[in-house]
Amino acid sequence: MSDTVIRAEGLGKRFVIGHRAQNNGLFADAMVNAVRRFFSKGKSALKGNPGDIGDVFEEFWALRDINFEIKRGELVSIIGHNGAGKSTLLKILSRITEPTAGRIEIDGRVTSLLEVGTGFHPELTGRENVFLNGAILGMTRAEVRHRFDEIVAFAGVEKFIDTPVKRYSVGMYARLAFAVAAHLEAEILVIDEVLAVGDAEFQQRCLNRMSEVASSGRTVLFVSHNLAAVSALTRRAIVLRSGQLAFDGPVQAALAHYTANTGVIARRLNWGQGSDSTLVSADLLDEQGNPTDRFESGSPLRLRVVVSTTGLPGMCVELTIRDELGLPFAFYSTGTFSQINLPAATGRFECVITLDSFFLAAGQYSIDLDTCYTNVHTDHRVESAVRFRVDRCSPGKGSFNFRQSNGTGSIAMSLKAPIEFKPIPVDATR
Amino acid sequence: MSSSEHMPSSRLILEAGRADRQYWRDLWRYRELFFILAWRDVAVRYKQTVVGFAWAFIRSFMTMVVFTVVFGHIARLSSGDVTPYAVMVYGGLLPWTLFSSVFGDASASVMTNSNLISKVYFPRMIIPLSTIIVGLIDFAVSLTILVGLMIWYRFLPGWQIVLLPVFVALALLASIGPALWASAIVVKYRDFRFVVPFLLQFGLYASPVGFSSSIVPPEWRLLYSLNPMVGIIDGFRWCIVGGDSPIYLPGFAVSIAVIAALLWIGIACFRRIERGFADLI
Repeated sequence: MSDTVIRAEGLGKRFVIGHRAQNNGLFADAMVNAVRRFFSKGKSALKGNPGDIGDVFEEFWALRDINFEIKRGELVSIIGHNGAGKSTLLKILSRITEPTAGRIEIDGRVTSLLEVGTGFHPELTGRENVFLNGAILGMTRAEVRHRFDEIVAFAGVEKFIDTPVKRYSVGMYARLAFAVAAHLEAEILVIDEVLAVGDAEFQQRCLNRMSEVASSGRTVLFVSHNLAAVSALTRRAIVLRSGQLAFDGPVQAALAHYTANTGVIARRLNWGQGSDSTLVSADLLDEQGNPTDRFESGSPLRLRVVVSTTGLPGMCVELTIRDELGLPFAFYSTGTFSQINLPAATGRFECVITLDSFFLAAGQYSIDLDTCYTNVHTDHRVESAVRFRVDRCSPGKGSFNFRQSNGTGSIAMSLKAPIEFKPIPVDATR
Repeated sequence: MSSSEHMPSSRLILEAGRADRQYWRDLWRYRELFFILAWRDVAVRYKQTVVGFAWAFIRSFMTMVVFTVVFGHIARLSSGDVTPYAVMVYGGLLPWTLFSSVFGDASASVMTNSNLISKVYFPRMIIPLSTIIVGLIDFAVSLTILVGLMIWYRFLPGWQIVLLPVFVALALLASIGPALWASAIVVKYRDFRFVVPFLLQFGLYASPVGFSSSIVPPEWRLLYSLNPMVGIIDGFRWCIVGGDSPIYLPGFAVSIAVIAALLWIGIACFRRIERGFADLI
């Protein structure tokens, strides 16, 4: 095994979910059970065993039969829906919890960053917290001292470094916390959702810093919902679905796999309900009015939405279109933009929303739907309610297929008026 | 680049139920974290208090005064011929406070640091162990009061005083064993959060703090020594006042055996439950 730093074989993690034993509602029985439970629990408590008489246990595999290898210097992201097992995998990798089945071999010092600012103490000053947090993340005091100025400069909190962090703004706190983490020396770095802090500018700085880390030859494992960051930072991705490895390969293919399955899952799921309105179903329609998952670039977007309402006045329907990376790029609201609300009567209604024709780049898209009243309060929200793809986008008469994966955006603009090139005499520019 | 260079040292295999052979080495490797956690607890302890560190003095001084008044003057318990009662009480109070503060803090420590446990790996035993330092610092502060008392009563300790550190160490060992066990158990059964303070309150009266253990009838003395603090407090007093408070050797041996047993149980129990901490917290 030349350069493999992490090798997982048949990795599995089982959780046991306990249910209280059923009771028949009789007070006397409940008392007897309580006493019996008290003793059995007391006995097992002294031994440190879980378990109760009469309780039912259900097994749940958060991860099952995961196999992969990661080589030195590889940048790998792990993506998946909530509950797919990402965090569990990271926790096993960073030794916080142990696997139930299988094994994992790690060659090198693993530093995990499952949260920024782990162990920060509000009463301590920024300076003290840098040392505390550094030690918790596995840095020696000498290492922290060596990089201290860099860390403080990166966070931009020089003036407040001797102020207790409880007086910091949320942003300052997050910046300092990330700064410590960003200056870790580790052979294998495991990062979870760290980018969910700070303003846009700081997030960009974090991304830059992480790509620096990535290019310095360290092995990085990265978990994020930010698909744009995933594709920018890493070259390989592992897709987890319900605890199993669904895909392992180049990041673009993985993202396509991930987004392609989002819709299928969303469709199968119960959409739940809002308090005053409930989105029941939604379909993209073709020109004949039949449901479709293909969109013809340059034609109007037709969406049929079925929604039920309690008749609360001022309820409207909104939609957000997202690209392959999950970034929103277009929004429409029947209320805010067109002053159209749902009928103020109880019942279930169907409507077709027809939007402007626009040239969407070839690729995958998803639409989030929500209902909203008084234009501010979101009532029922369904992510990826509709998924569709565009096969081809060539505005004008060219044969060029404009794709999302070109990285130049999702909409091809069209021209309103002919372009006229007027010559400017050279001396007129002065 | 030869990757084999750091292979032998840092190779790690994670497997279900695999005994972690590197545990004790890891504990040593993370010693800096141990000190920094201890330092954090010390630094935070008296933040935003007016008199700050003086609380360590005030607490132990006032307890000593109360005990002297209640047991010495009202209950009229004797302390022997030469020894002032205050010195006798304080000699028992010191090891008891050390024991109870380490036991109390350490057994709660895993829960209060649950955010660390669910986010970062390190040998978990560092957390309860690091509370020892806080206890020791408070102990050192209280010790200066003892010195003050001795000067006040013009009481000169004998040669035995040099053995005091041995009994300090014993008090720490006695507290850390049960504390390790309690701190691990409390993760699953929060009931023990209530049990520990109760035990400590009870133990204060079950241990010879306000009185000398020589007032216990001789036939019960060996049994009484099953309370490990009996041997330690007796030893502590002996260090300070010498022959006026002799050590009862068979009892002392029993106390030592109990301490060793509790320590072994504590470590074994902690090690076994520790692996599941992150799943239970």
